[in-house]
Amino acid sequence: MSVNVPANPAPPKAAPKASSRTRSERKLAWMLCAPAVLAMLLVTAYPIAYAVVLSVQDVDLRFPGEGGFVGLSNYSTVLTSSLWWTDVFNTVFIMVISVAIELVLGMAIAMVMYRAIFGRGVVRTSVLIPYGIITVVAAFAWQFAFSPETGFVNNLPLISDEMDWFGGRFSSFAVIILAEVWKTTPFMALLLLAGLVTIDDQLYEAARVDGATAWQRFTRITLPLMKPAILVALLFRTLDAFRVFDTIFVMTRGALDTESVSILGYNQLISRLNLGLGSAVSVLIFLCVFLIAFVFVKGFGTKLEEGRPS
Amino acid sequence: MKSSWAARSLICVAVAALAATVLAACGGSSDSSGPRDLTFFVAIQPGGTIEEVSKRCSEESKGKYTITPEFLPTDASQQREQLVRRLGAEDSSIDIVGMDVIWTGEFANAGWVEEWTGAEKKAVTEKVFPNVVETASYEGKLYAAPFNTNTQLLWYRKDLVKTPPKTWDQMIEEAEGLKEAGSIQVQANRYEGYMVLVNALIDSAGTEILSGPEEVDLEQGPTEKALAVIGKLANGGAAPPSLSTSDEDSARLGFEAGESAFMTNYTFAYASAEAEAPDIFKNMGFARFPRVVASKPSKPPLGGFNLAVSAFSDNKDVAFEAAECLANKESQKTAVELDGLPPSRSDLYTDKTVTGAYPGFAQLVKESIEESGPRPTTPAYQDVTLAVQRALHPPDKIDPNDTESVYDELKSLVEDAVKREGLL
Repeated sequence: MSVNVPANPAPPKAAPKASSRTRSERKLAWMLCAPAVLAMLLVTAYPIAYAVVLSVQDVDLRFPGEGGFVGLSNYSTVLTSSLWWTDVFNTVFIMVISVAIELVLGMAIAMVMYRAIFGRGVVRTSVLIPYGIITVVAAFAWQFAFSPETGFVNNLPLISDEMDWFGGRFSSFAVIILAEVWKTTPFMALLLLAGLVTIDDQLYEAARVDGATAWQRFTRITLPLMKPAILVALLFRTLDAFRVFDTIFVMTRGALDTESVSILGYNQLISRLNLGLGSAVSVLIFLCVFLIAFVFVKGFGTKLEEGRPS
Repeated sequence: MKSSWAARSLICVAVAALAATVLAACGGSSDSSGPRDLTFFVAIQPGGTIEEVSKRCSEESKGKYTITPEFLPTDASQQREQLVRRLGAEDSSIDIVGMDVIWTGEFANAGWVEEWTGAEKKAVTEKVFPNVVETASYEGKLYAAPFNTNTQLLWYRKDLVKTPPKTWDQMIEEAEGLKEAGSIQVQANRYEGYMVLVNALIDSAGTEILSGPEEVDLEQGPTEKALAVIGKLANGGAAPPSLSTSDEDSARLGFEAGESAFMTNYTFAYASAEAEAPDIFKNMGFARFPRVVASKPSKPPLGGFNLAVSAFSDNKDVAFEAAECLANKESQKTAVELDGLPPSRSDLYTDKTVTGAYPGFAQLVKESIEESGPRPTTPAYQDVTLAVQRALHPPDKIDPNDTESVYDELKSLVEDAVKREGLL
């Protein structure tokens, strides 16, 4: 019987049917996506493309009518400047230290929020308050706190009354990192909490029956199972921290070699109105961010979807 | 029923408001007999000068125009950033611009402000200090009406210091020798105020940062003398603890708190001490900005605001008239009365409004302005000031005994800056 059945006829017949349905579905999908795609092109792709175009030109708003195409000379100006490399170092320094502290603190807070027996809602909400405060406001609050004239910090024990926090590079970094950590740890904690709730409680019970200590349970169960959530949290915060601007702008305006790459871009674009040079800086920042994301996604071999809370 | 009534009345109000807006918009564009609306973008003055002069000039115009002030922040860099963003985008909502003396070259070269000519030019420059007119001019043309000017004096404590020092070296030595309050308050944060100090010292030493819009001067001998003064102050015992983040206000606070025997600061410091620190005020003395070289008179700093008409304004004709009124003799008196701002007209320094605001030192202020060393005029001013601040901040990086390396850095950065090259 089966011999009589033609080997191929059915599939070719079915295929056009299925494909016309698929095609119409795909068409519908595209139409549904179209507004979002258009909006994204308008607000993301266009500005990025425009920045790339500007970055190969000599454009200065203070000198309308001058300039023109200059090729990659803006990029070579930026990349051969010691200032750019100092600022890259500063940015990476702030990024690494603040994200590391946030990860440890965030994990601790996530555990507390997870284990909180009573007042869970209150705990979770109150932990989030710093994240809800506008960065500029938080930066001013910390700046006033550490100022030798108005602040309370210098009145604390073990700290010299004369300490000028914003008078030195690394003491400024300390305050900047503190303000960043204070502000974004709750965000980190929230992302980690999302990973924490996906772990099955039975695993802990089984481990407890087997006599595992709390530390073993943490390192053998919690951490491995949370790897995707941790990587997502780290990626988000690292990308965020690389673009640090507000806190430094408020506290030192980049003085004493505390400038980040974003402030460097701001100075060229907004202060000097040198759109060519400023766009080159912006494009390079974009490439750095892209590189960080690439390293996270490829290098750590994690699928980011795994990190989504179920 | 009640809710539908509420909804209906809400709709009525909304429609009425919309109609009113539309009508107002029509009225603004077609009705030429009513007063024209002029927007005046200017730095805020805490004493209320701007509100007062805008109101008076609107009234005096007898229905020709109404001036609405739009306030910019107190920080000079942020004032400029907000303005240039609008002017760079050819925003027609600005009619009159309160222009800091250092922006003239940039704004004029970019074609953002209109030139003043003829009778109006004559009226707004009459009796004005020549070097203040210079700050409102670019390449021989006048671009703004001089309003207020400003200069710094040396303020000192008469109970600690018998005679005010003539030079910076004397002042630093004297401060270091004092048992109490042995520091000197200046402005040395990385901002425009530091540029003011550096420029005054370099000018006083006998050279200039720029000799033309694109010509770097910075003669080595005098420049290094000026740099040595900063290095000596910053690395010695006369430096206040937060020298590298100090500004006009922190300097004033330090002086009023009795921490310092000396301070270089603007004239507002006098009225401020009178109100905030009566004990210090009792012994507050004043003298001219100290010299860098004993044989050369100092060149004190010069600040202030000039009023320009935006090139993108739709009301240029009346804007010139309004700016003329805002900058006139009467307005300058209001500025000195309410905010202690020195007038740009030299004939006002014998007027009792000025002598009342500067008891005993009106002539000193006048002399300081006449012999001041203005900051360079160049379209690339922003680049030049950033270069100077970058090269010389923090102040204690300057070794007073070996100023050559810092000098080389300063010169090469400024040379790049006038050509608008390099990152800053």
